[in-house]
Amino acid sequence: MPHRTFFWFILPSALAMLLFIALPIVSVLMQSLYTEHEQVVREVESCSVFNCTTQLMVDNEATEKLYDEAPLGRFVGLSNYFNRAHLATTEVAEAWNTSAGLSDFFSNIYNLPFYRALAFTLSYTFIVTPLVIILGFTIAVAVNTLSSALKGPVIFFTLLPMIVTPLVGSLILFWMIDARGIIGASLQWMFDNPDLSLKASSGLTWIMLFVYGVWHSAPFAFVVFYAGLQTVPQDTLESAMIDGATRWERIRYVIIPYLAPLMVFVALIQLMDNFRVFEPLVSFNAGAHATSLSIIIYNDMNQDTKLLNSAATTSMLTVLGVAILLTPVLIRTWRDFNRK
Amino acid sequence: MSSIATRKSPAVKFAAGAFLIIWLILAAFPFFWTLWGSFKVQGDFFSKADWTNAIFGVRTLVETGASFTGNGYHGAWVQEEFWRAVLNTGTVVFFVVIISLTFGALGGYALSRSGFRYVFWLLMIALVFRAMPHITLVSGYLLPFFEWNLWGHLSTTIIVLVAINQPFTLWMLHSFFQNIPKDLDESAMVDGCTRFQAFRYVIVPVMWPGVITTGLFSFLLAYNDFAVTVLLLSKENQTMVPKIAGFLGSTQEEGNVMFAVAAVVSATAPLFVLVLFFQRQIVSGLTAGAVKG
Repeated sequence: MPHRTFFWFILPSALAMLLFIALPIVSVLMQSLYTEHEQVVREVESCSVFNCTTQLMVDNEATEKLYDEAPLGRFVGLSNYFNRAHLATTEVAEAWNTSAGLSDFFSNIYNLPFYRALAFTLSYTFIVTPLVIILGFTIAVAVNTLSSALKGPVIFFTLLPMIVTPLVGSLILFWMIDARGIIGASLQWMFDNPDLSLKASSGLTWIMLFVYGVWHSAPFAFVVFYAGLQTVPQDTLESAMIDGATRWERIRYVIIPYLAPLMVFVALIQLMDNFRVFEPLVSFNAGAHATSLSIIIYNDMNQDTKLLNSAATTSMLTVLGVAILLTPVLIRTWRDFNRK
Repeated sequence: MSSIATRKSPAVKFAAGAFLIIWLILAAFPFFWTLWGSFKVQGDFFSKADWTNAIFGVRTLVETGASFTGNGYHGAWVQEEFWRAVLNTGTVVFFVVIISLTFGALGGYALSRSGFRYVFWLLMIALVFRAMPHITLVSGYLLPFFEWNLWGHLSTTIIVLVAINQPFTLWMLHSFFQNIPKDLDESAMVDGCTRFQAFRYVIVPVMWPGVITTGLFSFLLAYNDFAVTVLLLSKENQTMVPKIAGFLGSTQEEGNVMFAVAAVVSATAPLFVLVLFFQRQIVSGLTAGAVKG
């Protein structure tokens, strides 16, 4: 296809991505280098019958004028990145110098909002992703043993957790684990502890969020692996059997290596999606126990005085995280492409 | 087709069956539980006394005189005007799907028919864009949208969702168009069609299976989105998902939780129907992405 025709065909799509994905990233970068204007303060003298006092008043008009002239705020360079709400270099250095040991150091660091969010985001990403792959694969192998009449309905119900809106799905789970909901009440009964509350403990909240993550994403892994299983060469399986391989050995040495590329694909998609974990934390109202990078960006923007610059700075750090996650994949694809 | 390798012993069948039953309960039970509970009062849905109240509706019988009540639905749809959110979601989803597919079909077709090196780079850039957390993009929108008075309108949200959707749509339709033989449109061009005419009269009639599958995923993205809609829409333009989240903020009053439960059931029902009718397309769509991507 000549360049000209290609250009016109791709134009609407490329334009949409340029305007609403590429430019916003530039906008985020710009905003992260600025900070809010300082409020203009004026001294006002107010006199009563007895004496006169001077008061400091915020001059709203003058402040607004500043914003009209420079809507971005004032330029502060990279200092947003190193302040307490983000990388908090001063606080980290101090914690390093004053902490008694490594565990003390980490617990000090954990009190800083950015590192707290990072800790949960990374744990979520790297715990949920492998579990999704394992559960999805197990379901796929199990469904594959069913007769074809049963497969349809089983696949229907299996797809539900994935299709349903994440915010809604996590809400449903949240209501069930409420101390007065069915799961919460059953757990209290099981452990014979009427004060057991999944919402009150950080550890249990984290576990419930992981459970939600696996529940939500396992169907995706299932579908991909199930389709892959249909194409496993039967001859190889049979010859493995003749050589005396047990069922488990056939899965371990024939099926899993055959599905390895699909596992890489699922892992890639899951890493990208889990890194942006957001809705379950909103539904679980889990702010006291767990926050993620997406959540701290959201909290900065979803209040009356929007902290856009702080949100932008966290966004840039998040994009950096995504870039680090994606680099191995991109390098691999680049090598594959060059080999072709 | 019954080779030895696919034959199963009863023990294996039993183990697989038992595992699947547990999984199906985990996957489906929460939805039925919530559907059932949405017709009860809050005292039953969150029962302090005995969780079986949620099944038999003891408090519901006392408070309303029947075992089932539509109060939650009435409160959500009429009192809190959930229907407005439903209409907004309908508008947003409809336009996002139509526009995404139009842009995506043109772009995906071009990517599948051009052999130049930049195709690879465009697809890689799309992959990187696909990985961007939506909330980081939103933090880039807010300031310019406020400055230019674009904030709060449905149309802004629609075009933003279309753009966010493009990388995925492009990948999917690209791999789909690659499976349509090149000879088809090339022979049309030999007969004197321009490239666009070949696309319009030869490719469009045969592209529907792939477009429907891609459309399903565009639908899901627009329908399920929370990050973009909650921050870019004004209160009166809110779609269903942010509206449900809004119910939670004001749940202090007794009974308001049931509005949220009823709204959740209302928002989930269309998705059930969707899976029921398009199960095959959803499965094949996810697979196509995996095998080709």
